[in-house]
Amino acid sequence: MPRKKIELFASKVVELNHVVSNVYTLSFVRKFEFVPGQVVALAINNEHEPRLYSIASGADENVFTILFDVVPDGFLTPQLIRLKEGDEVFVSKPFGDFTPEKGDKWWIATGTGIAPFVSMAKSGCNLPLKILHGSRTLDHFLYQDLFEECMGEGYLRFCTAENSDKVYSGRLTTWLKEQSSLPKQIKYYLCGNPDMVVDVRDIILEKDIDFANVKAEIYF
Amino acid sequence: MNKEALFGKTLEELKGVVKELKFPGFVAKQLVDWLYKKKVGSFDDMLNISKKNREVLKARFEVGLSTYSNVQESIDGTKKYLFKTVSDQYIEAAYIPSENRKTLCVSSQVGCKMGCLFCMTGKQGFQKNLTAGEILNQMVSINEKDELTNLVYMGMGEPMDNIDEVLKSLEIITSEWGFAWSPRRVNVSTIGVIPAMRRFIEESDCHLAISMHAALNEQRKELMPIENVYSIENVVNVLREYDFGRQRRISFEYIMFSGVNDSKMHAEALVKLINGLKARVNLIKFHPIPNSPLKGCSDEVMEKFKQILENKGVTTTVRKSRGEDIYAACGLLSTKKLVETSKGKDY
Repeated sequence: MPRKKIELFASKVVELNHVVSNVYTLSFVRKFEFVPGQVVALAINNEHEPRLYSIASGADENVFTILFDVVPDGFLTPQLIRLKEGDEVFVSKPFGDFTPEKGDKWWIATGTGIAPFVSMAKSGCNLPLKILHGSRTLDHFLYQDLFEECMGEGYLRFCTAENSDKVYSGRLTTWLKEQSSLPKQIKYYLCGNPDMVVDVRDIILEKDIDFANVKAEIYF
Repeated sequence: MNKEALFGKTLEELKGVVKELKFPGFVAKQLVDWLYKKKVGSFDDMLNISKKNREVLKARFEVGLSTYSNVQESIDGTKKYLFKTVSDQYIEAAYIPSENRKTLCVSSQVGCKMGCLFCMTGKQGFQKNLTAGEILNQMVSINEKDELTNLVYMGMGEPMDNIDEVLKSLEIITSEWGFAWSPRRVNVSTIGVIPAMRRFIEESDCHLAISMHAALNEQRKELMPIENVYSIENVVNVLREYDFGRQRRISFEYIMFSGVNDSKMHAEALVKLINGLKARVNLIKFHPIPNSPLKGCSDEVMEKFKQILENKGVTTTVRKSRGEDIYAACGLLSTKKLVETSKGKDY
């Protein structure tokens, strides 16, 4: 009996873009409606297990774009970076609940965890009061032009290995800890690797924020 | 550098090794016998394999068994074992004896990626997946190895996030050539990583325990980030697609948090969600972890919740807390102090 799996649909690759070092974007023909913040399951064929990726494109675009790090010994990503325009990938319908709610919010991300926030910003969702983005190097502040333009001083970058007058030198977590208080009546959207999400959530909760105001998406 | 371990390889994999080394085919059967029946720790003890072939094996491989680094004993008899993995990281396993059962709770990962709000393991982040050998080593290297009656994959890590190695370990445990345990003695838990859970259901006959903890989507999202991608409603819908037969058990684990998921409304939502599914519910007392905003429920509240479920025909048990004084109870396993915490963080 063939194993039951999530339904995947063939879609043509439109563009593969090398962003920086091991980070790429992949765009393919969009076939479904979606809500910014949702994910798709993506596979290189209809047999292998797909992986989940947040959609980084806007609601008005004709493509779905995903943002990914190449995992050198991984199965999927080394194959994704060999794709060419017109090749097929296999994609699920969008799903997931890491979607914007009404009210004030902060968006907090590391690395490619910025993807759902890119989609939200491009789609005209209500912008947050602040975006906090952590990275080791200056060239990994992905989509910084977009956020500089739409967020101005509300866009805070934290760089642990390099300096610039546009960024805070040091950890995002250190900056959070140093705040005497954090807004209590807003939602905190966290997206990225599990270590960051757990560390940031702990700091936020230590500052008396209700855990119901923390919304987390973990890349696993 | 560590040599590759043979302990943890399936019969098929060992046949591959034997073929590669140009040994007679029957040596694979001899190897599984020494590894999984006699559980020897050295190639020198594998007496029916020729000395020459043992030397070849020794040059390329290690058996792969290792003893525990530390053990703590609770006042209730529960023991917490600490193991060092081949990559110098640490995992814990909890041995839980009761009148008619001797259960071992094993880890499947060093740390965990899932970030559940109530879990101590999640607070240490994720370090690595265990190999099948490292999972099984917990079982065969404790003092009570010959007394075990049950095994639960409810220690550190999310088993479905390491599905290949978990399935390999289950194959070794339940195969005639392996430990020859009945799959009914093994229970594997998951928070509901649906694709891997489907594989587990289809490729294994072991029991399945779903870590539910909240039946309502909005509330579960606050406790468990996984709910944002694999909702408990979808998990239950997937379970409904399968025939689990008469012997195979599904259970829902439900840690009770005071004022969060412990009301009549929550109990009724749980009943509605699993309506028609042949499953039991285990209510678990929350064991507070440092800086947690959550609090446990009183015994009275838990009993009341249980009664609501039972009145609706749901078989419900309240799981007794074990090993709390040595941090071996549910949700408390962690080797965070042994993890180099700030290494490599970019935020």
